[in-house]
Amino acid sequence: MAANKHSTSSTTQARFDYAPAPESRAIVDIKPSYGLFVGGEFVDGHGRSFKTISPSTEEVLAEIAEADEADVDNAVKVARRAFRTWGRMPGSERAKYLYRIARIIQERGREIAVLESIDNGKPIKETRDVDVPIAAAHFFYYAGWADKLAYAGYGTTPLGVAGQVIPWNFPLLMLAWKIAPALACGNTVVLKPAETTPLTALLFAEICQQADLPAGVVNIITGAGSTGQALVAHPDVDKVAFTGSTAVGRAIAKSVAGSHKKVTLELGGKAANIVFDDAPIDQAIEGIVNGIFFNQGHVCCAGSRLLVQESVADEVLARLKRRMATLRLGDPLDKNTDIGAINSAEQLDKIRELSDIGEAEGAGRWSPPCELPKHGFWFPPTVFTNVTQAHRIAREEIFGPVLSVLTFRTPAEAVEKANNTPYGLSAGVWTDKGSRILHMANKLKAGVVWANTFNKFDPTSPFGGYKESGYGREGGRHGLAAYLKGEDL
Amino acid sequence: MLDRVTSSATIDNKMASAASTQPSAQFADITRNDDTLRRFLHGLPGVDQVGAEARAASLGTRSIKTTAKAWAIDLAIRMVDLTTLEGQDTPGKVRALSAKAMHPDPADSTCPATAAVCVYPDMVGVAKEVLGNSGVNVAAVATAFPSGRAALDIKLADTQDAVQAGADEVDMVIDRGAFLSGRYKQVYDEIVAVREACARPDGSSAHLKVIFETGELQTYDNVRRASWLAMMAGGHFIKTSTGKVQPAATLPVTLVMLEAVRDFREQTGVQIGVKPAGGIRTSKDAIKYLVMVNEIAGDDWLDPDWFRFGASTLLNDLLMQRTKLTTGVYSGPDYFTLD
Repeated sequence: MAANKHSTSSTTQARFDYAPAPESRAIVDIKPSYGLFVGGEFVDGHGRSFKTISPSTEEVLAEIAEADEADVDNAVKVARRAFRTWGRMPGSERAKYLYRIARIIQERGREIAVLESIDNGKPIKETRDVDVPIAAAHFFYYAGWADKLAYAGYGTTPLGVAGQVIPWNFPLLMLAWKIAPALACGNTVVLKPAETTPLTALLFAEICQQADLPAGVVNIITGAGSTGQALVAHPDVDKVAFTGSTAVGRAIAKSVAGSHKKVTLELGGKAANIVFDDAPIDQAIEGIVNGIFFNQGHVCCAGSRLLVQESVADEVLARLKRRMATLRLGDPLDKNTDIGAINSAEQLDKIRELSDIGEAEGAGRWSPPCELPKHGFWFPPTVFTNVTQAHRIAREEIFGPVLSVLTFRTPAEAVEKANNTPYGLSAGVWTDKGSRILHMANKLKAGVVWANTFNKFDPTSPFGGYKESGYGREGGRHGLAAYLKGEDL
Repeated sequence: MLDRVTSSATIDNKMASAASTQPSAQFADITRNDDTLRRFLHGLPGVDQVGAEARAASLGTRSIKTTAKAWAIDLAIRMVDLTTLEGQDTPGKVRALSAKAMHPDPADSTCPATAAVCVYPDMVGVAKEVLGNSGVNVAAVATAFPSGRAALDIKLADTQDAVQAGADEVDMVIDRGAFLSGRYKQVYDEIVAVREACARPDGSSAHLKVIFETGELQTYDNVRRASWLAMMAGGHFIKTSTGKVQPAATLPVTLVMLEAVRDFREQTGVQIGVKPAGGIRTSKDAIKYLVMVNEIAGDDWLDPDWFRFGASTLLNDLLMQRTKLTTGVYSGPDYFTLD
């Protein structure tokens, strides 16, 4: 790792040591405790409270109210009341609020980025250059649709109250993916952020106040699994949107089965990143690194299985290892950090467990020499070689910076291996041959296929999975379908 | 460069081998004719334009502060080939430039000298007179710079003239017409011939930098191919541009060249230098290049023997930033000498 001496040369000259370049924390104001955001104001919850910590230091950041069933019920009632006016408001008027929110996100971008890094553990480089700009872009994009729903082909009638439960890997960005289309279509929202990362959602609540969004249109309730359960099971919720693990998604699907509720689920993945022998190798290496080490691998569409063509496997692996040695792991607020902290102790345990299983099953484990910080939750970027389809690390979602490398001989074998998974969220194809890209995109059973790139997100592009990666699409015109009643009769 | 070898034994050996044996020997099968060269160069892995530019941009976001910045600025000063390549150049200007190269900041004796002064062949003698044995080299552009549109014997004569006048380094241009039309063998042979023309009577040789004029080669695939062609032909440095064609040096072009020298050393053990030239004007730009050198080629290249900036106005900005770091205040441009 760059934190250590990695050069194999015998030069004696001084190395280019990047001095610490921390982004200032002064811009954020974390309160000692937070209530629930219901009806346009912060209220106390009736449940107990819990603490949110900084995963990079284990420092306690704030006390967070836990919403119990009564709180959830109240929030849904408030959202229902707000729906009566918000749902009837002309789309052009709703758009004004969305544009305003988008602009405030941009204006307060640095503050949001710093807060997200502190609460989530991800590097400031990513919150600054990815999370915040794309979150703002989603609001801008769906603001544009608000008065054009008649042209989208899914009708113009909103569903009502949307209950939304989001994960901890992209806290504000997932909030934007959920809230922007819901509001554009005229729904009101009760959203529960993840237990470990509530702070940017609560900052977003402030942004709603700042934007003069009518009270009750957006309600943020914090809590753990039981709060989320109460929300999706609430009888007056018309729409459930969830992003998270397949296990929880399955439980949600069961709990809403037979009800009137519309559901979209965006669940796990075990994406294949397929590198052919004619690929632009240096850029493919970047794509592999970006695919699995971006956001510490806490990405549902992460390219966690590298399928590399036999004839270039050794070269790709050697280059990948050299590149991994330049990754900089450490303080998420340092602008030069590439890999931040694992989000929670629980997630770290899971990554460790699966990695140990990988080793026990006989795969070759490698990480660059890497000194991990003493406090907080850390896991070095790791690559497993000689992995087969039968290994658990090739089948189960690790959701961490752990890459399994498999090889293939023919395009048909690549397709077979790539599709041999219960998941189907994303895939990557690296080749200089355009026709092969199209061929592979047709054969791969994945909601998103990236060609000669990876982990690129844009509000105009629909995102979602096949098979156990969930159903429904978020983003793009297709993302509207989840929040409208269908073709008007 | 060759006579100012670094302390490292490995580097010494690599440089010695680069000097004594023409690497062309080990590439004999590849460099036999246009067909064999074409097969090899077009078999190199492609460069994805979007990916290469994204990588260069992301390295550009590195934040280099305080001690790292001070170190980088001093290194950048030591890497500058202080350049003047105008028809209106006068001996007086070249003398002034040479004096500045030795003592870029007359007010601060800790300020390092630049690597070289880069001039047209007719000014080599003037520069040499001032620079003497100061350690600052004289580089001469030759081979019908900047277009390269002359017969080979004229290019060779141009080179020999510069070397005889005392040039330590020769910056040649490749024949872009030949390269773009696929006459790779011709380009290769010219580089080999110019390298031979760099020889001095005492058996030593001026260092050869090979300019591609990447603004005319257009694609990154071409930049990678030109890099390998020049390295196989025995160039000591590969250089982006003459500064007379836009775009001149860019971060992604330099990225592709740094990947090439890195891969070449891995295959052959021979280290080749890289020189982006033209369009690099600010310290911020220069630091972005150094970050790229560090993270793409590795820190073995973080030395004036292996990386240079071809620039005229960059030096003053480096000096201003340097003064700002040491004194805490910016001084106006009037406090630094005009070139």
